[in-house]
Amino acid sequence: MISLDVNGKTQELDADPATPLLYALRDYLQLNGAKFGCGLGQCGACTVLVDGRAVLSCVTPISTLAGRRITTLEGLGTPEKPGRVQRAFIAEQAAQCGYCIPGMIMQAQALLERTPHPTSAEIRKHMSGNLCRCGTHMRIVRAVERAAREP
Amino acid sequence: MRPLAQIAVAAAMCSACAAEPLAPVAAPTRASFDPALIAKGAQLAAIGNCQVCHTAEGGKSFAGGRPIETPFGTFYGTNITPDPDTGIGGWSEQVFVRALREGLDRDGRHLYPAFPYEYYTRLTDEDIHALYAYIATREAVHAQNRPHELRAPFNIRALVATWKAIYFERAPFRPDPARDAQWNRGAYLVNGLGHCGACHTPRGALGAEKKDRPFSGGIAEGWHGPALDARSPAPVPWTAEQLFKYLRTGLDDVHAIAAGPMDPVVRNLARAPEEDVRAMAAYLEALAGPPSAERRKKADAALAQAKAGSRANGRGAEIYAGTCAACHDRGREAGSGGALPLGLGTAMTIPTSSNLLRITLEGIAPPEGQPGRAMPGFADALTDGQVKDLAAYIRSEFGRAPAWPDVEQELRKIREERK
Repeated sequence: MISLDVNGKTQELDADPATPLLYALRDYLQLNGAKFGCGLGQCGACTVLVDGRAVLSCVTPISTLAGRRITTLEGLGTPEKPGRVQRAFIAEQAAQCGYCIPGMIMQAQALLERTPHPTSAEIRKHMSGNLCRCGTHMRIVRAVERAAREP
Repeated sequence: MRPLAQIAVAAAMCSACAAEPLAPVAAPTRASFDPALIAKGAQLAAIGNCQVCHTAEGGKSFAGGRPIETPFGTFYGTNITPDPDTGIGGWSEQVFVRALREGLDRDGRHLYPAFPYEYYTRLTDEDIHALYAYIATREAVHAQNRPHELRAPFNIRALVATWKAIYFERAPFRPDPARDAQWNRGAYLVNGLGHCGACHTPRGALGAEKKDRPFSGGIAEGWHGPALDARSPAPVPWTAEQLFKYLRTGLDDVHAIAAGPMDPVVRNLARAPEEDVRAMAAYLEALAGPPSAERRKKADAALAQAKAGSRANGRGAEIYAGTCAACHDRGREAGSGGALPLGLGTAMTIPTSSNLLRITLEGIAPPEGQPGRAMPGFADALTDGQVKDLAAYIRSEFGRAPAWPDVEQELRKIREERK
């Protein structure tokens, strides 16, 4: 059994220690926010937070996560009560197909936790590892700016 | 004699080392240069990598401000645009020539050898003439130079005079008549404008090249510049054709991707004349010499392992399997998303863990807005203990060499920089 701290809850998993965190979240814990994009750490769709930092869950085996704090999209809010960054993404209508958006939100959350008032250049640089194929990048940047403005 | 004692003695001997200031001139107009000359200067500036040190991240080209970390402190690249107040707009060609050949600015002050005049002193008149035409016709940017932040006593600029008296040899490039024209062209570019030795030749305590061991491996901004001579740590010996491909694109099938300070070098060489890059490659192949039978055998073993993939047990191997193998065990075929099998890279075989740790923690990213291969960094995903286990495994499995003694120290240094 492997024990993971996910969104503030301790979860016991009967899984191979080499299992990528992404699979553990989706297949064992039914936390489907994080998405499988490339499986190679190249697209950012699987981004979650580990100890408050953005981490690519598809290339992070659960064996490396003992005693560390994992936060997923579900940990930021609910459909009824979305979190601050989620509200900003909705307000700016940043999603088109939406597949990349959970990763974008987590990446933005990681930025704002360390840099509450980032410049536009800092936002672009920080988010550059997360790809959006629909092309709503401008709205995504606006959403991050809005999240930084709003309480 | 100890280096510091040398400095003291030479300082005593050298009381009047300052040079004459040269008169400012009005910045020359674009019309005063032949467009072909400016174009030639652009290609030479690409080989010289000028823009890299003289441009801040996201800043205007050649307007300075880029930090350059050295063992002596942080230098900031200066503004070399034609702005008369903050750049070098008031420099005549004579001043420009003197700066490149002798390491002096217009006022006659000594330039720190972070500006590689040790190498540029070998440039021909024609090449400096073209470089001047190119630099003098860039967009003038008003940007004050940021003062260097150097540790004492290196912050005393006058000491550079002494340093030069001891270490700086002002000499033109001397062709070797026993070699062909391509080798000589390569030698001129590698040892002159390309200033490859700046990062690939070891330096002494005062930053002077160890001239008896050229190209035997040096340091650059916290990275190790691998040896280019017969000591080359490349698991597969480089051919001129592979070197050419690498220097143009940063990629070759059986060698690691250009990373760290080498990345901008290959981006620039992509814009240099093809025959010049071929000459550099030919010179570098000759410099390493034909590989020994033993080295060939090792190369064959590394290539065979690259096909077979990795296997081993232990904590480091588990992290490798979950974090690295998806790309690095896949082989590097076009469109596969695969990355280099680690047994073919030099970061595993060099004497220091610095390059492997930097790539592991920081990843590899092309400059913003530019295409290129990317690897994510794992600084936030892996704990220090996990990084150490992983590095130990990679060193032994793929580097096939004894454990690095400096992992702890290098890791602390990189973590500190990232704070």
